[in-house]
Amino acid sequence: MTEILQQVVNALSLGSIYALIALGYTMVYGIIKLINFAHGEIYMIGAFVGYWTMRVFHLDFFVALIAAMIICMVLGVLIERIAYRPLRQSTRLASLITAIGVSLLLQYTMMRFVGADPRAYPPLPDYMNQSFNLGGVVIKSQQLVIIGISVLLMIGLQFIVKTTRMGKAMRAVSQDPEAAQLMGIGVDRTISFTFALGSALAGAAGVLVGVYYNSINPFMGIMPGLKAFVAAVFGGIGIIPGALIGAYVIGGSETLVSSLGFSLLRDGVVFAILIAILSLKPTGLLGKNVREKV
Amino acid sequence: MKLTRRALFGTTAGIAIASTLAACSASPGGGSGASGDKIRLGVNYELSGPVATYGQASVAGIKMAVKEINDAGGLDGKQIELVEYDNKSDAAEATTLATRLMSQDGVLACMGPATSGNFKATIPVADDSKVPVVSGSATADDVTVDASGLKEYAFRICFNDSFQGTIMAKFAAENLSGKSAVIVQDNSSDYASGLAAAFEKEFTSLGGTIVATEGFTSGDTDFNSILTRLRGQSFDVVYLPGYYQEAGLIIKQARELGITAPVLGADGFDSPTLLELAGAAPLNDVYFTNHYSPIDEDPAVVEFIKAFEEANGEQPNAFHALGYDLGKFVIDAVSRASELTGEAVKNAMAETKGFTGVTGTFDMDENHNPVKSIVVIGLKDGVQDTSEKVG
Amino acid sequence: MLRNILRWALPLAAAYGIVLLLIEIGVIDNYLFATMMTICINIILATSLNLVVGFTGQLALGHAGFMAVGAYTCAIITMRVDGIGGFLLGVAAGAALAAFLGFLIGLPVLRLRGDYLAIATLGFSEIIRVAINNMEITNGAAGQSGIPRHVDWNWMFGFLALTLIFLWHYIRSSHGRRAVAVREDEIAAEAIGINTTRVKVQTFVIAAFFAGLGGALYASYFYVLQPNQFGFLRSIDILVIVVLGGLGSMSGSIIAAILLAVVSTALAQFTDVRMIIYSLTMVLIMIFRPGGIMGSREVSLGILGKAFGDKKKEVTR
Repeated sequence: MTEILQQVVNALSLGSIYALIALGYTMVYGIIKLINFAHGEIYMIGAFVGYWTMRVFHLDFFVALIAAMIICMVLGVLIERIAYRPLRQSTRLASLITAIGVSLLLQYTMMRFVGADPRAYPPLPDYMNQSFNLGGVVIKSQQLVIIGISVLLMIGLQFIVKTTRMGKAMRAVSQDPEAAQLMGIGVDRTISFTFALGSALAGAAGVLVGVYYNSINPFMGIMPGLKAFVAAVFGGIGIIPGALIGAYVIGGSETLVSSLGFSLLRDGVVFAILIAILSLKPTGLLGKNVREKV
Repeated sequence: MKLTRRALFGTTAGIAIASTLAACSASPGGGSGASGDKIRLGVNYELSGPVATYGQASVAGIKMAVKEINDAGGLDGKQIELVEYDNKSDAAEATTLATRLMSQDGVLACMGPATSGNFKATIPVADDSKVPVVSGSATADDVTVDASGLKEYAFRICFNDSFQGTIMAKFAAENLSGKSAVIVQDNSSDYASGLAAAFEKEFTSLGGTIVATEGFTSGDTDFNSILTRLRGQSFDVVYLPGYYQEAGLIIKQARELGITAPVLGADGFDSPTLLELAGAAPLNDVYFTNHYSPIDEDPAVVEFIKAFEEANGEQPNAFHALGYDLGKFVIDAVSRASELTGEAVKNAMAETKGFTGVTGTFDMDENHNPVKSIVVIGLKDGVQDTSEKVG
Repeated sequence: MLRNILRWALPLAAAYGIVLLLIEIGVIDNYLFATMMTICINIILATSLNLVVGFTGQLALGHAGFMAVGAYTCAIITMRVDGIGGFLLGVAAGAALAAFLGFLIGLPVLRLRGDYLAIATLGFSEIIRVAINNMEITNGAAGQSGIPRHVDWNWMFGFLALTLIFLWHYIRSSHGRRAVAVREDEIAAEAIGINTTRVKVQTFVIAAFFAGLGGALYASYFYVLQPNQFGFLRSIDILVIVVLGGLGSMSGSIIAAILLAVVSTALAQFTDVRMIIYSLTMVLIMIFRPGGIMGSREVSLGILGKAFGDKKKEVTR
C-alpha cells in the first residue's frame, strides 16, 4: 500500500512538470497551428537562467523562478518574431522545419557555452530540503513546491484565458484569425502574448525541474518536450484542460510502467498509448470532431 | 524586401560554398602522417550527440598531453598536430571520419572514439588502411579481439568491463559480506550491460543472489518509481553500472527514499560532477572500481590533477585522465616506432612494456589490452576516503 | 515510351560510368567513396520519404524507424548466412519487413491529419527503437558489430537506380496522379472516386519499403549498428533533405542530399560550431526560401548528364 501511495506521489510530481510544458505547447498550437519544437529548449534555458541567478547572483529560489519566467518570456516572443512570423503564410512543413532548426540552434549554442556535461543546481534553503514521512510514504518539500506552483500557475493561466480581454482575444484568434482581425483584434500582438505566456510557464518548469532533479544540461529539453507534446496531443491539442489531463496521464502511466518493472519499455509505452488514443479518437481525448466542409 | 531576401540567401549560399572550398583545399590528400616537421594524429570523437560529454572530456585530456609535449619541443623536434573531427556520437559517421583521417589527412594513428560501439566501427577501416586506432575508454570485452580473431590495428589502454564487474562482485561478497544484491543498470549503454553481466556471474558464483534487476535509460532524471519498487525488497548491496550523470541522481533519490544499502559502481562514477549531483550526505557507503585514485599520492597522479585544474579550471574525471594517457601513449609509440608509418607505430604499440601513465603502469598483452591494476575507491561524504589496489 | 526510358537511362548510365572512371583513375579515394555511399543511402531515404511528404502531402516523421528495421534485419541475416546470397536475402527481408510494418501502422494512423500524423509516426519510430534496444536478437544497446560488408559501388548504384526508376515511374503513373490529387485536395479527390486511404497507405508502404532498403544497405556498408543511430534526429535529417530539396521534387531531394553531404564534410573540422551553423542554415533557408531549392519542379533526372540547361519539367499541375 505504501508503495502504491509513494508511486502516486511520484506520478503527481512528474505529471505536474509535464503539464507546465504541455500547456505552452498546446496554447501555441491552438493559436498558430505550429508544433513549436523549440518549446523544450525554452524550458532548458529557463533551467539555466534559474541556475545562474542562484549560483552567480546568489538570489533566492523564488527570484530565480521569476527571472527565468521573464527571460523565457522575452526569448519566446523573440523566437516567434524572428523565426516564425515570416513563415506564417508558407506551408506547415516550412514552419515545422524552422521550429526544429531553432530547437537545434538553441541546444548547440548552449552546448558551445556550457558544455554537454550536466550541472548540479546550487544548494537550496532548508525549507526546500525537508522530507516528511507519512507512514512510510516519503514526501519531499520540493515535490509539494512543484505541485503547488504548478497548480497555482495553471489556475492563473485559466484565469487569464477565460476572463481577461487578452484571453478572449487568444480564443478568438485560435478559432479564426481572419475573422478575429476583422473584429479589431491585433492578431500579431495576441500571438506574441500567447508565446510569452507559454514560454514563461516553460521557464518555470525548467527551474522546478532543476531544483527537483538537481541536474541540468543543454539537451534536457528534448525528451520532456516530446512527451509534453504527446500529452498535449493526447488531451486534444489546443485545449488547455486536455493538456492537463494528458500530462497527468502520461506522468501516471510512466510511473505505472516503471513500478511494474518494465522501466525499459517506458518511452515505448508512452508512444503506444498515444497511437492507441489517436487511432480511436483522432482529435485527442477532449477534441471535438469537426467535420470538414467543402 | 525582395532584394534583401535575395541578398541574404545569396550570402548564405556563398558562405556554404566558400567553406566547402576551404575544406577541399585544406585536405592535403594522403601522406605518411609526418609532412615536413609535423606529426599528424587523428582525433575522432563524440563531440556532439548523446555521448558528447565523454568525447569532450577525452579530447580535453588528449590536448593537454599533446600540448605538454609540444611545449617541451615536440618529438625529435617535430610538433604534434591533431586533426580533430566530431562523429556526432554516430557509428557510421565514425567510420566515415576514420576513413577521412586515414586517406585524406594521412594521420599516423587515430585516437577515439570514446564508446565501444563507435570505436568498433572504425576498426575495419584501420585494418584496411594499416593505421592503428586506439581508444582510451572502449571497455566492452570484444573490442580488440572477438570470435573472428585479433583486430591487428586496434588497441585500448583501459581494462575491460568483465574485469571491473568481477572485481566489484568479489569486493561486495568478501569485503562487504554481501549475500544479496540488486542491479540498477543503464540499459542504453553496452558499457553498463557488460559490467552487469560480469558482476552477476561472479557474485552468484560466490554464493550470492541477485534479488532484482532494474534498468534505466541514459538522460533519465526521474528514478523514483524504480527505486520505490526496490525499497520494498531486502538486499545487502546495490550494483549500479552506469555513468555519473545518472548515478549521482540515483544515489541521491535512493537515499531520500530511505535506501541505505552500500552502492557499488565502476569507473563511470569518477567525476567531480557525481558529488555535485548527489550532494555529500548521500555519498557514504559508496564504492567504485577505478583506474587510479588521487589519494594514492602517486606523484604522477598528483601532478596531473594539479596541472589539469590549472589549465581547465575543473577537476579531472576518468575520461580526462584516460584521454591524457591516451595522448601520451600514442606519442610514446610514435617515438619508439622504427619509421613513421602506421604499421611501424602499430608494432611499437603492441610491444609496449611498462608504460607509465596517470591511470597506472601497464604492458600491452597479446590481445592488445593493457595489463593494468584496478583500484576500489570508497567514498565518505562524497570524498575519496579509502582506496585498495587489486590485480 | 522510349523517350521516357531514355530520360532516366542516359543520366543514370552517365553517372555510373563517370564514378567508375574516377575510382579507376584514383580521383575518388576511400573517404570520398564513403561519403558517396552516404549520399546514395540518403538519396534512397529522401526520395522515398518525398513520395509520402511531398507527393501525397502526408507529414510522416518516422522514417528512421523503418530504416532501423531494414538495417537490423539485413545485419542479422548477413551475419548468419554467408555470401552474396545472404546479403540479397537480408536486403529483401529488411525491405519487406519494413514495408509490412509500414502497412500495419499506416492503416490506423494514416486516417490522421497533418501534425497528428507527424507525432504518431514519430511515436511509432520511437517504439521501434525501444523494441530494438530491448530485444535479445538485436543485441540491445550494444548493437551489432562485425557485419560483413557486401555493398560496393555496383550494388549500391544498382539499388539506387532501382529506387529512382521505380519512384520515377510511379509518380508518373495513375497511382502517382492520385497521390498528387490527395495532396492538393483530399475531399475533392474523394469526391471523384479516389480511395484516399488506399492511396495514402500505398505510398506509405512503398516509402517504408525503400527506407528498409536504405537501412539494409547502410548496415551492409558501415559494419556497426546501434539503436541510438535511429533516433528522432535521423528522421529529421532525412526530412530536412526532402524539404531543402523541395517538396514534390525528386531531383531536388537528390541535389539536397549531395549538397548537405558537402556542407557536412566542410564543417566536420569546425567541431564546436558545426551544429550551430547547420541549424542556423536550416532556419535561414526556410525563412528565405521556404519552397526548398527546387520547389516542386524537376531537373530532368540527369543532373550529371544534360545538367541544368535542360528545360524544366513541371510534374504537378
